[in-house]
Order: sequence, then C-alpha cells, then structure tokens
Amino acid sequence: MMIARCGTIESNDCLITVQRQQAFELKIDSIVFDQFGKQIEKVIKDTLTSMGIKHIYVHIQDKGALDYTIKARLITALKRLEKTHAS
Amino acid sequence: MRRSLLFIPANQPGMLQNADVFEADAVIFDLEDAVFASEKDAALELLNAFLDAIPLNKVEVMVRINGLDTDQGLIDLKHIVSEKIDTIMLPKANLDVLNSCSDILDELELNYQMLKRISIVPIIEDADACFHAYEIAKHPRVSGLLLGAEDLAKDLEVERTDASFEIFFARSQVIYAAKAHQKDAIDTPYVSTKNEEGLILDAKYAKSLGMNAKACIHPNQIDIINEIFSPSKADIEQALRIIKAMDDPNNKEKGAFSLDGKMIDKPIIERALKTIEKAKKYQLI
Repeated sequence: MMIARCGTIESNDCLITVQRQQAFELKIDSIVFDQFGKQIEKVIKDTLTSMGIKHIYVHIQDKGALDYTIKARLITALKRLEKTHAS
Repeated sequence: MRRSLLFIPANQPGMLQNADVFEADAVIFDLEDAVFASEKDAALELLNAFLDAIPLNKVEVMVRINGLDTDQGLIDLKHIVSEKIDTIMLPKANLDVLNSCSDILDELELNYQMLKRISIVPIIEDADACFHAYEIAKHPRVSGLLLGAEDLAKDLEVERTDASFEIFFARSQVIYAAKAHQKDAIDTPYVSTKNEEGLILDAKYAKSLGMNAKACIHPNQIDIINEIFSPSKADIEQALRIIKAMDDPNNKEKGAFSLDGKMIDKPIIERALKTIEKAKKYQLI
C-alpha cells in the first residue's frame, strides 16, 4: 500500500498524504474548516482535475495554508507517489 | 543599486507570504542551503506556485539555485526561470559555472520568448573565485557579487570571527572587482541575528571598505542595513550644496572650484550626483 506525503503541520502550511485507490476520497482536517473547508476542497479537486487524476485518496492536515501552498504540496505528493510506483 | 537583500527559505510558506512586507530591496528565495536534500522538489514546486499566485512588484526577486555541479541546480534553473524573477543567485561560482549558467539562461529566455533578461549574482565563496572575481564581475549578465564568507572560511580552514580579519582580502577582492565593472559589491550576511550591535559594527565596517549592500538572514536586520547603506542626511545636504555650487555661473566654466575652503573637482561632483541618485531612489529627498 504505497503512500506519499508532502508538507508540514507548521503554521501556514499543510501536510498532504496521497494513496492510490479505486475511488476518490478526500479527508480534510483544518483549523479553518468552517471558513475555508469548501475552498480547500475546490483547490484539491481542481488540481487533481488539471492533472487528470480521478481515483485517489487525499488527506490534508491544514494549518492555515493559502491556496497556492495546498496546490504545491498536493502536486509534489502526487509526483512522489508516481516516482514510488515507477521505482 | 541595492542595499539590503533578504534570504527567505523557499520551503517555508509562512516566510514566503511575507516576502514583500519586509522593506528589503531584494528578496532571495533560497533553494540551496535552507532546504533539506529530501525537500528540494517540494521547495521548487512551492516557490513556483507562490510566484504564480503573488505578484511581487515592489522588490527585486532573486532565487538562489542549487549549485550547477549538481543535478538539482539544472532542474532549479529550468523550472524557475520566468518573467516573474529578476536574478539568479549562483552558488559556488567560478568562470566555467558562470558561463554555463549564462548559456542556459540564453536558451531558456529564447525558448520561453521572454522579454526580460535575467541577471546573475555569483557568490564568491572559495579561494579560486576570490582570485577570479574581476573576470567574474566582468560578465555582462552579472549585476553584482556576493561574498559568501561562511563557505569561504571553510575553504580557507579558518574560523569566522566577529572582527572578520580573515575575510579582509576577500572583501577587498569583491569590492574592487565589482566596482571596476560598476556592479554591486554585496557583503556577506551577519549570522548572529540577535546581536544588533555586532551587525551595526560589521555593516559600517563593510561600507567603509566599499561594499554598497549587505545580505541578511533575518527580517530584523533589514532596517539597520538599509540605514547604514543609505546616504546619511549630512551626505545628502553636502551633495545638494555641491550641485548648487556647481550650477553657480562663477563656477560653471571651471574644472574645479572651492566650497567651504575645500577643492571640488570632477570625482567629488560625480560622487555627489551618485549620492543624490541614491537618495532619490530610496525616497530620502
């Protein structure tokens, strides 16, 4: 069961864990979930769509990351997952 | 023309998002020493996403890439070069590395159809680079030289001290090489971030030798560096008096004239004009 991660749980950052699976599943833990939960979900879904990825488990532990940070951490985690599969 | 250049670790979102809040003349997004080897990919992706999302118009955008003697250095260059950055800071610089970097930039600028020409600030951080500083500064892409004293001390197998006698020669080399080609001479950062008095002494000494800017590693160093490397109020007033005296019809036709009993000639006038130019740039007049 291969997983990949990127980011930290420091303030303004997020830790993203991704894992290949047969369906899409998103788990969001955020200190600002009430205010920005929908936006976090949108950034993650938009990024996955732009990369053509449908079947994936994504877990984000968010400490107030801005959109570009979430996007960058997700892309790096996915690239790391790809490398893990390739090797 | 720079005074302060702030290093910002490229893999720390909290620091990135404040990049243009600080009053540094340039920010150096650091992909090299500030990033663990296992996190180079994350830092590069984060920095690119940040630069895409947040326009930095008020500040010069510099990126310290990894050394071009590593695979990561080339990856950094290929992924970071865009209209959004102004300058590449080149570690472990020597003539060969500088020429390679410039050739790669030529190719990337052409491929990306860029209107901007990216400049290079090589870091002089070993004995060989110190000796070749003049040739390095001469390169048309080079806009300044940064002295990297910590790595230089390692190369020389000497201890870094607050007195900094051990880097006197290197400072002089960087200053003379840079000034000979009208480039910036940028002093090494002062690494004791809580020692304000030490920073003031170090920066004043560097300026007295001829450095015109200093890198820093903490935002609390910026104000001190900006103040020290800006023209003082007295310098500006004197420069304005010289320019006014120069415009006097009695002095206009003369090669040299007298002001307060002192001879004012071409070098002094040019220095006064430079002081006024700096004062205007930094909105001091």
